[in-house]
Amino acid sequence: MEISNKLINDLAPTKFGKRGVIWTISLIIISIAGIIAYIDQVVKGQVVTNMNDYALWGIYISNFVFFVATSFVGAVTVAVLRLTNNAWRTPIVRIAEIISVASIIMAGLTIMIDMGRPDRLLYLFIHGRMQSPIIWDVIIIPTYIVICLLLLYFPLLPDLAILKNHFSKTNPKLSKWYGILSLNWSGSEKQKSIQLKSIQIIAILIIPAGFVLQTVDAWLFSTLFRVGWDSTNMGAYFISGASVAGVGALVTVMYVIRRANKLEAYITDYHFDKLGKFLVLTCLIYLYFNINEYVIPEFTSKKEEITHLNHLYSGQYAPLFWFVIIGGLIIPIIVLLFKKGRKPLPMFYVGMLVVIGSWWKRFLIVTPTLLQPFLPIQGVPESWHHYFPSFHEWIITFATLAMALLIITFLVRYLPIVPIQRTADEQEETEINKSVISKTVTP
Amino acid sequence: MANKKTEEGSNNRRNFLRLGLMSSVSAVAGATLISNLTADEVEPSGEKIRVLTPDGKMVEVDAKSINKYPEAVITPTESRKGIPDKKFVMVIDLAKCKNARKCVEGCQKAHKLDDHEEFMKVQLIQNNEEGSPYWFPKPCFHCDEPPCVTVCPTGATFKREDGIVLIDNERCIGCKFCITSCPYSARQFNWGHKEKFEDKSQPYSPETQVPAAEGTVMKCDFCPDMLRQGKLPHCATACPMGVIYFGDKNEDIVTNGSETVSFSQLIKDRGGYRHLEHLGTKPNVYYLPAVNRQFPVERGFDVDEEIIERYKDVPFVKELKEQGKL
Ligand code: SF4
Ligand code: SF4
Repeated sequence: MEISNKLINDLAPTKFGKRGVIWTISLIIISIAGIIAYIDQVVKGQVVTNMNDYALWGIYISNFVFFVATSFVGAVTVAVLRLTNNAWRTPIVRIAEIISVASIIMAGLTIMIDMGRPDRLLYLFIHGRMQSPIIWDVIIIPTYIVICLLLLYFPLLPDLAILKNHFSKTNPKLSKWYGILSLNWSGSEKQKSIQLKSIQIIAILIIPAGFVLQTVDAWLFSTLFRVGWDSTNMGAYFISGASVAGVGALVTVMYVIRRANKLEAYITDYHFDKLGKFLVLTCLIYLYFNINEYVIPEFTSKKEEITHLNHLYSGQYAPLFWFVIIGGLIIPIIVLLFKKGRKPLPMFYVGMLVVIGSWWKRFLIVTPTLLQPFLPIQGVPESWHHYFPSFHEWIITFATLAMALLIITFLVRYLPIVPIQRTADEQEETEINKSVISKTVTP
Repeated sequence: MANKKTEEGSNNRRNFLRLGLMSSVSAVAGATLISNLTADEVEPSGEKIRVLTPDGKMVEVDAKSINKYPEAVITPTESRKGIPDKKFVMVIDLAKCKNARKCVEGCQKAHKLDDHEEFMKVQLIQNNEEGSPYWFPKPCFHCDEPPCVTVCPTGATFKREDGIVLIDNERCIGCKFCITSCPYSARQFNWGHKEKFEDKSQPYSPETQVPAAEGTVMKCDFCPDMLRQGKLPHCATACPMGVIYFGDKNEDIVTNGSETVSFSQLIKDRGGYRHLEHLGTKPNVYYLPAVNRQFPVERGFDVDEEIIERYKDVPFVKELKEQGKL
């Protein structure tokens, strides 16, 4: 069947307008600033950070945890949408997979920023010991990167072939690239069945891989003797938190792409509504785990536990804590429970709120715990009783976020965000259905 | 095999006791306290160890006669083995501590540490509001179930046969995971570069942790270089009050340099305990509770203003300050 030109024109990636260019350049500038700051850190050592022997993991680690969490969106949308064969998934899954790819690649990079001796990175392989949760991470992160990339790539094949033809006259160079990447896709039955099978296998693989990734990340903390980490709740807590962060990011990115690429006809209010319901569900589950984590320990009142909780409720991190709980969780839940709240624009704001809340949430998981050791902090400089990131840490962290957005931007620039072939097939199906119905109805 | 061990054990015990007695005469002179492995009647173990002499030569010696080369530097690989047939243990007598800080200073000098770099920390602990606070010297506990060793991804932190937990800073990648894993905050990180790291006059050994290296972890090491020479760790020698006992669990003997006693008897008689026992890390540092104290806790405030400031969050200190007694 011929795919209508209108469809291809609508969905094929286009050159950026002025705004797009400014956006990309800003991201590049921030990234470069971060790289310079990182080089400075390598030269001078981690003294340029505000970390110390107590708060020895700061925003580098919490930012890493955030990226890992966000990368879960690929797995969760696949798990929920592809496998349940939800018809509304078509314009959504590819964005989810792009976010996953960008986040997990950046997660892999950010964890290295925290290393005191990046020059010894290879020791992880030469001297690696299986019993260390860090090695579990070293295994699962690259695995997940590969799975995410494949899950993005395989469904793209037919679209790449379409784009090859589409650009053959206007942009032969680009067309050639699409041609190479499409692996000679011709749409034959044989190719289709191989493709379908591969996608099915990866779509199933990404689910356990995603769960393992989040759980390993949780175990980085729960395998340690620290108040606030040493909890059996951690694995499930992280998985549900990752769903919130991931779906929040998905909503936000989806809104921006829809506007930038004028995809209103393809990503509709209906999709936002569905996704809003999904987000509110993940938020509610996460709220449940937060209650387990922050309220229930009050009852058994172990001394360390109470000190830690009070530190969060009313101590130096209280404003942040309440912002994260109320702004990042409760307000989104309330807004999303209303139909009007699930319109695209309010969803965008809610998504932003959820993402920012999720980022700070990771910070609250990592740092306050470190400032509550079993033995009191004594005999160190006064500044070691607190932690607030230094200029270097902020710049580097912003750069990692900018790089993630840059990867997303790049992919959006060159890939069809809404799958062309699938949309065409679906349209055809509905056409057939309609004619079948009309035929049976009109005798 | 087991029989042979016990035989050797009893031999060593004789040596150790003899030395223990001797040491009570010449305590601080650093008499060989840890049973002198070089004693003539000890058979060579047949196990060879390669060590680096200060002038840079690599020599191979029998594991058991290592003490003949007291100056030898133990290479990172050799340092993983530990001193044969030993199981080191420390007992800290809280009843005698008055925050003289000599242990801290002795340790800092030996390990070339700066201000605030303290392998041994003296903390002021107040168990409850009513409880009377006490001084609490805290080294690394050299746990038998060390979480730091479990989580280290590269094996840079390791546990030796003699119970000592060390760090090889040539292998450490600076992930800091071990620091978060230690429930006793025993570990420190070298955040930036320091001039002293460049001083290569002394070849690096995990047994001395000198010179330290940027971006790696360090902590109390029980001074194995001293132990190999049959001497006590620096903190134990430095303490004027004899608070710190050190010895060998296999021999069931500990000494603070002036008094040599049976380890098990000491723990039994004085109600010895380990800090945060319930965590299950099985420390090799025991404490004797701060009862029948030799000094009132206030004696410990006879130090610099800066040191007192460290303890400002302790309820007792707050009270003293309010009353204008500090
Ligand atoms: S006290 Fe801390 S650093 Fe020392 S062995 Fe135990 S866990 Fe490791
Ligand atoms: S910081 Fe060094 S010693 Fe500690 S866990 Fe990491 S590699 Fe091991």
